[in-house]
Amino acid sequence: MDLILVNLIDGLVFGLLLFMLSSGLTLIFSMMGVLNFAHASFYMLGAYFGYQLSTVLGIGFIGGLIVAPIIVGVGGALIERYGLRQVHQYGHVPELIFTFGLALLIQEVVKLFWGQNQIPYFEPAYLDFALFSVGDNAIKAYKVFMIFISLAIFGGLLYILTKTRIGMIIQAALSYPKTVEALGHNVPFIFMGVFGVGTALAGVAGVIAGPALGTFPGMAFTLGSIVFVTIVVGGLGSLWGALLASLLIGWLTTFAASYNLRMEDILTGLGMTKPEVMSDSMLQDLWTLTLPQVGPILPYLLMVLILVFRPQGLLGKREA
Amino acid sequence: MSTANTTNRAYGAITLGTLLPWIIGAIILLVLPILMGSKGQLTIMSQMSIMVVFALAYNMLLGQGGMLSFGHAVYMGMGSFLCLHVMNASYFGSVPLPILPLIGGFFGLGIAMIIGSFSTRSAGTIFAMISLGLGELMAACVLIIVVFFGGEEGISGYRDEGLPFFGLEFISHIEVFYLIAFWLFVSAALMFLFSRTPVGRMANAVRDNPERAQFLGYSARWVRFVSFSASGFFCGIAGGLSAILFEIATESDLNVTASGVILLIVFLGGVGFFWGPIIGAVVFILLQTVLGLQTHLWELYVGVIFVAMVMYFPGGLAGIIMSHAVAMSLGKLGLLVRPYLTCVLPAIIGILGLCGLIEMIFHMREAPTGETEMTLFWTAIDTHHIWAWLVFGVIAAGGILLARQQSSVLKEAWDQANTIDTPAEEPS
Amino acid sequence: MLKKTKLGVAITLAATLSASVAFAENIKIAFVDPLSGPFATTGTNGAAEWTYAADVLVNDKGGVLGGKNFEIVTFDNKMSGKESLIQVQVAIDQGIRFIAQGNSSGIAAAITDAVNKHNRRNPDDRVLFINYSAVDPALTNEKCNFWHFRFDANADIKMDALTDVMAARDDLKKVYLIGQDYSFGKAVAAAAERDITNKRPDVEIVGNELHPIGKVKDFTPYARKIVASGADSVITGNWGSDMVGLGKAIIEAGFEGQIYTYYAASNGITRTFGEDGKGHLNLVHEGQLNPPVSDRASAYVDGFEAKYPDHDISQARIANAVEMLAKAIDAAGTADDVVKVAYALEGMEHDSIWGGKVFMRPQDHQAIQDVHVGAHTDENIRHPLDNSPYGLMDNVKVEMAAMDSATTCEMKRP
Repeated sequence: MDLILVNLIDGLVFGLLLFMLSSGLTLIFSMMGVLNFAHASFYMLGAYFGYQLSTVLGIGFIGGLIVAPIIVGVGGALIERYGLRQVHQYGHVPELIFTFGLALLIQEVVKLFWGQNQIPYFEPAYLDFALFSVGDNAIKAYKVFMIFISLAIFGGLLYILTKTRIGMIIQAALSYPKTVEALGHNVPFIFMGVFGVGTALAGVAGVIAGPALGTFPGMAFTLGSIVFVTIVVGGLGSLWGALLASLLIGWLTTFAASYNLRMEDILTGLGMTKPEVMSDSMLQDLWTLTLPQVGPILPYLLMVLILVFRPQGLLGKREA
Repeated sequence: MSTANTTNRAYGAITLGTLLPWIIGAIILLVLPILMGSKGQLTIMSQMSIMVVFALAYNMLLGQGGMLSFGHAVYMGMGSFLCLHVMNASYFGSVPLPILPLIGGFFGLGIAMIIGSFSTRSAGTIFAMISLGLGELMAACVLIIVVFFGGEEGISGYRDEGLPFFGLEFISHIEVFYLIAFWLFVSAALMFLFSRTPVGRMANAVRDNPERAQFLGYSARWVRFVSFSASGFFCGIAGGLSAILFEIATESDLNVTASGVILLIVFLGGVGFFWGPIIGAVVFILLQTVLGLQTHLWELYVGVIFVAMVMYFPGGLAGIIMSHAVAMSLGKLGLLVRPYLTCVLPAIIGILGLCGLIEMIFHMREAPTGETEMTLFWTAIDTHHIWAWLVFGVIAAGGILLARQQSSVLKEAWDQANTIDTPAEEPS
Repeated sequence: MLKKTKLGVAITLAATLSASVAFAENIKIAFVDPLSGPFATTGTNGAAEWTYAADVLVNDKGGVLGGKNFEIVTFDNKMSGKESLIQVQVAIDQGIRFIAQGNSSGIAAAITDAVNKHNRRNPDDRVLFINYSAVDPALTNEKCNFWHFRFDANADIKMDALTDVMAARDDLKKVYLIGQDYSFGKAVAAAAERDITNKRPDVEIVGNELHPIGKVKDFTPYARKIVASGADSVITGNWGSDMVGLGKAIIEAGFEGQIYTYYAASNGITRTFGEDGKGHLNLVHEGQLNPPVSDRASAYVDGFEAKYPDHDISQARIANAVEMLAKAIDAAGTADDVVKVAYALEGMEHDSIWGGKVFMRPQDHQAIQDVHVGAHTDENIRHPLDNSPYGLMDNVKVEMAAMDSATTCEMKRP
């Protein structure tokens, strides 16, 4: 029982972290129709800037948490203005390929400046203690902090999008960009703003995830494709879908890693007999398969199934 | 996206003009190993040829069919693995090696037909995402299903244990190169012919406007499925060739990185032209091996080139070359020579200067203490001396400023070269 | 414009001049490992160690064969099997007879296979494969060949030493095995299970599992399970970010026992663990740094750290490999006929700079040497790692580990 509770908390932390990335990505997608491959790279930049600001420049972890996302967001907006908009005229495939190249480039630039090694970016000391324990398992204060930050961002985002004037304009620009432009709003500027905010959100995720999951040049690559999976599963362009999918994937990977469900038990349960000499059997790999072994790839399986059977995603309204 | 309009020459008729590129290609393939015969060079050229087959097969989807795949290395890798299993099988002694790629091809075809049956239902983002998901799943399976994929070490075999083919055992590198070159030629010709068939033509139509294609009575999904399967077949051939050359297949042959590389190659070469991917593959392998030997930062430069390419020349290298077609048909190519020298040359020098600065930053960080000298562009440089930085800074800034200043001249010359002087003359 | 032309001419001239200072008569060793991409850190570190060892241990002492120097030529294999084969071919084209590689047993298997094929097909320019780091036992068992020499202790030998240390602990009750899902991870798990059941039948193995390599974003759920299982010891063969992620998650989840590892030091790992790892991390390796074995070894390490402040002596066996290769070449009287060099290397006994002996076992070309288990700590550390106060304090030594272990190798000699 204890372990289930702990897993629920851990899955929530990871799911909300995914949400901070996927919310920005899904906003950008629904507005501009661009699947931004470089989104996780902005997450990585957030972590590196957070490290640089908080430890080397000495403005503290909270200072980094505030300043680093702003830098990332401004950088994102500039890339939209001077890069993406240039490519936009050629169509969607070159746009996608542009962000793909950008992801490669950002990774190389990070390596050039910070090197290949994992950098010593740690939680601030005042959050680095066990807040409470469930059984033997300690829950660190930092995890609780991560939950609150993500929830605050989700609340803020929801408020801005549904209750403020700028949110209304953004929503309108999502569906009828031409009409909104005719009403005198500067749609390219809104696009740039949304891209900037989306990348800044990724930056926030980077600053708080950097100490917890490690800050190294491969961090964007390991998380990059899973963010795509999240927004595709949730439904492209749907904020609630992104939240639902993030939590689903967070819990799916957490529980899959925790429970040693073995294929051997399932197969014998189905009435098959385990071969005596494993190495001769063509199915040896099937027999030895366990759930933790495949846990991290389950989201991809989920995505393929969703795309085949429900292409608009869980809560999406339109097909990708 | 700029499209393959230029390949729409009158079709059906075989003239010397349509055959000429193929004859030249065949001659190049025949003569190259005589000019560059060391084993390493032969290996690199063989690798290039394989990538050309793979890139052409990939472009059947991206360029001709408008389908963006992020998991295409799967089909090549699967062909590779199957061929190695054939090499290791007891009956390999009765199989002549030259037909091995065909076996890989049919395996690639089979896998592509299975996956294509559901993934080609729609193009666009859904197709791209399914390919990404399947790519990740397959790469994970390689490490899990040890029986077929051999885990992380992969599967290796001996190519020379096959049935001797007219006395050839394919031990030496040159025999292997000619075998690969033969298959390259055959596959390229077949892929070119495919693009001329009604289905190949319809792939273009479906890419540009699926609805209108449907009105013509073609099922867009069927056309996509056929293109996808055909592409899988040629990917499998490339995989078989790779199995012959390297005698090993591993996870890195079909993971998502390998799929990303082929996308890069094809886009670099130019998706709009049949021969674009050929240039892309040759240039990329050269960058990887030659640049890779010179600098550890080659990935950074490749990344910059790639992004710059997408931003300014979405037609790729082939697009750049073909943009001169009008000026050439007008006989005004000569007008461009001088502005190129005064604008592009300084730009290149400026960019090289910039690269020098980057290399110096890298050297400052990575070099052992006390070792301040480095060799840049065949010159010994002291990176801890202000002069080195000044010289490269001046070269970089000077070159780029000069290029900017001259760019208006280039633009003028470009416009002039692309306009007809005497209205009486009709461009062919 | 004119000035620039002059400058260009000057630079070109300088280039030709500097290029003409050729290094005649060097004996070249091709270093084939990742120098770009995600694994470049270990590759560049290895290259630095090779270059330093060649300079300090051979060239500064007058070289071999009466004055020839060792030259390390680096080739970037981009951590890909195929790219390695191309680079090995390029190296052979340049007349290089010695191929050194170490990162990834998969690539080592590809190279040993390719070298075997090459030597069979090209008897005139045969090469030797100096494996300085790949530890898959298969390389000196069923996949062994005459051209391959391994200077590191293999995974089984290391596990033997590790479990010796564990078995001596009275408080050892429950052990958890976790590793990456590939050949090496599986080899470690199998060896650990076998050794622990043999040495301490009373100890319970409470978990034995594999996770996908390089795919796990958050190790917390694995750590939770380990803590919940009540294990007092964890054994893992993880490396790179999988090692850091797993180790940190386990410690942060409140684990109070010991973690026994293969690759939890250097390349940023020691620094990242820092205070958290103290009292938890144990690492099996060869080549003792702390406490220092001799003034000579300390001077060697200090010299390296002064020259390469960002790197560490993390693969001490490289010094053995260089010294033994030099001795073998001198004994053979040639660096071109690698068969003679290989015969000289077989069965060689060598006094290591790290103390103790190294014996190149002729039946499988596996180096037999002292294996140590060190603890991650900042107390009394003379040679720390990663520019941090932390390093490895070796407290257990297994002399000439696995000297008479069995091998399935059937060596075919030319």
